[in-house]
Amino acid sequence: MTKLETLQSELVNLFDDNTDVLTSNDSDWIRQQRKNALEDFKRLGIPTKKNEAYKYTNLEQYLTGSEYDYELAPLTYEANLDDIFHCDIPELATQIALVLNGFYYKHNRPVDLPQGVILCGLAEATQKYPELVAKHYGKYANTSTNSLAALSSMFAQDGIFLYVPKNVVIETPIQIINVGYSFKNLRVNRRNLIIAEDNAQVSVLFCDHTLCARSFITNSLTEIYTGNNAQVDFTRMQNENSNSSQISNTFIHQEANSTFTSNTLSLHGGLIRNNIYAKLDGEGATNNTYSLFLADGEQHMSTYTNVHHAKPHCFSDQLVKGVLDEKATGAFNGKIYVDVDAVKTEAFQRNNNILLTPTAKMNTKPQLVIYNDDVKCSHGATVGQLDENALFYIRSRGIGYNEAQHLLMYAFANEVVGKIKLEALRERIIDMVDRRLRGELGTCENCNLGQHN
Amino acid sequence: MLKINNLHASIEGKEILKGISLEVKPGEVHAIMGPNGSGKSTLASVLAGRDLFDVTEGTVEFLDQDLLDMAPEDRARSGLFLGFQYPVEIPGVSMVNFMKTAVNEHRKHNNLDPLSASDFLKLMREKKEVVDITSNLTNRSVNEGFSGGEKKRNEIFQMAMLDPKMAILDETDSGLDIDALKIVAHGVNKLRTKENATIIITHYQRLLEYIVPDFVHILYKGKIVKSSGKELALELEEKGYDWIKEQ
Repeated sequence: MTKLETLQSELVNLFDDNTDVLTSNDSDWIRQQRKNALEDFKRLGIPTKKNEAYKYTNLEQYLTGSEYDYELAPLTYEANLDDIFHCDIPELATQIALVLNGFYYKHNRPVDLPQGVILCGLAEATQKYPELVAKHYGKYANTSTNSLAALSSMFAQDGIFLYVPKNVVIETPIQIINVGYSFKNLRVNRRNLIIAEDNAQVSVLFCDHTLCARSFITNSLTEIYTGNNAQVDFTRMQNENSNSSQISNTFIHQEANSTFTSNTLSLHGGLIRNNIYAKLDGEGATNNTYSLFLADGEQHMSTYTNVHHAKPHCFSDQLVKGVLDEKATGAFNGKIYVDVDAVKTEAFQRNNNILLTPTAKMNTKPQLVIYNDDVKCSHGATVGQLDENALFYIRSRGIGYNEAQHLLMYAFANEVVGKIKLEALRERIIDMVDRRLRGELGTCENCNLGQHN
Repeated sequence: MLKINNLHASIEGKEILKGISLEVKPGEVHAIMGPNGSGKSTLASVLAGRDLFDVTEGTVEFLDQDLLDMAPEDRARSGLFLGFQYPVEIPGVSMVNFMKTAVNEHRKHNNLDPLSASDFLKLMREKKEVVDITSNLTNRSVNEGFSGGEKKRNEIFQMAMLDPKMAILDETDSGLDIDALKIVAHGVNKLRTKENATIIITHYQRLLEYIVPDFVHILYKGKIVKSSGKELALELEEKGYDWIKEQ
């Protein structure tokens, strides 16, 4: 047995041993989904390097070798997390909710949201709003081909649930702080469901942090439904310690004329793997998938995208950029998939990477799969160093080498960060990226979480 | 101000500069002319500190400092400016941010406080007039999408901003139509003082009708083969470079 096969059977045993606890609150349909997911997981196993999508992301290295606890119930935590957490983005009032080790934090401050909007834990939502949840839960995440989504579905317990009713526009962004805090190495499973009904508008910010130097393995799954003409902005900032691994699986479903924009900013973490699946399932839908990763040390950051044009007249734009320093490694595996019926598709994909050292490595594979000939698509990838001519030009004006290098990296990163729509949020993130590029800790000025060792 | 003595430089083992000596004093304008491949641009690059070239022999003193021992940024801060033949496009770096950083680095070098935002903008406005730049540089990335003429004007604008003691203008006239040439020449003349000096590197005599040099040097096969007053440029224009090659 390989190490990953051993891990697979350990996880299956863990599930079998705890099925009663895990499923105690389940309605029949969730129980059935778990069962299906279990079968999928057993059949697929944890992806090895033989799996095309994981050819350059060696999960074995990150997921095996240490002992991890698994929490079946929320950790009771003495201090009030609200007291020690202050996220102060000037001019940007956000509605904040904490999720601790995958469980919706029970002492969250009350939020002030428009009539009909629901923000709560997913576990709570499945009890209180079973019909609403059942309509979307598990409908977009495909566990039959993605074993990590299957694994997440097996163990799904809690996470956030956000519901924005028809025609409701939420002005203030909703900020979800995903915190890892534990005295032991911990396996975390988070499951989120975001529903924006027709004509709804919402901006959601995820901040993923580790609050201590313990090693966390997080496998998260987020399903996002974007109704007709709805607009969803989804910003995710990943900022965890170097001992931790995070695999995020995001499944986006878009109806006609909807606009979904994601900005994924991977600032710090041992392993960060983002799998992003978007299905444009209504005419005139727009999908923007933007991502920036900054890796150093021996970090590995990898992005997989699958943007599926299922209906005519849709537009998608993917931009993934990476800066790799020291011995960091990265991978991009992105796909545009255009169905036979999806005529008049416009789909673009670009991946640009900068290697700052000869020891940093990047593998990139942009892909187009197109089944009709009435489309406008392009894709491309580059891996290179900072432009020597530009460096010299800047230095020749009296700007030192480090500052010149910084100006160029900053400009490179800014193409992604500049796409964040909310100005106050954009400025704060630009500031964080700026400091991250200077080698300082990538934490918000006013955030006392995520102090790395 | 600048003393070049027996300068030899090579790239990948191939010697380009084969013993150049030249002295430039404050207030002087020198023109260096020569056919393609004679080493004109190499000389400019070596003086500005481009590390593509290896200096194998010789010395360069700039304001009593060993220029060859200095990093490109230190040369600039000490008052050396290179106007590029091919200004580099830098997407994502705004002209304002670029110039602000550069100006403040120069000020720091001279023990001055950084300029306030309003003082900086005032300075920009003033200097834009020197080269007749009317467009809003504020929102544009460095040289990105600039026309050939705009790029060259932008070089002179940067020169005006940084107020160098010694400017080396590498083929500033190439690719310019006559109107743009006049604007650029006018800008250079406006910036001329008794304290600063200019080296103009050019292939043609044309620019020298507008910027009158005190000395003209002819560079050929990595050496200065002839030096004289401004009349040398006219003689060269009349007889062509073959005249030099024949000698």
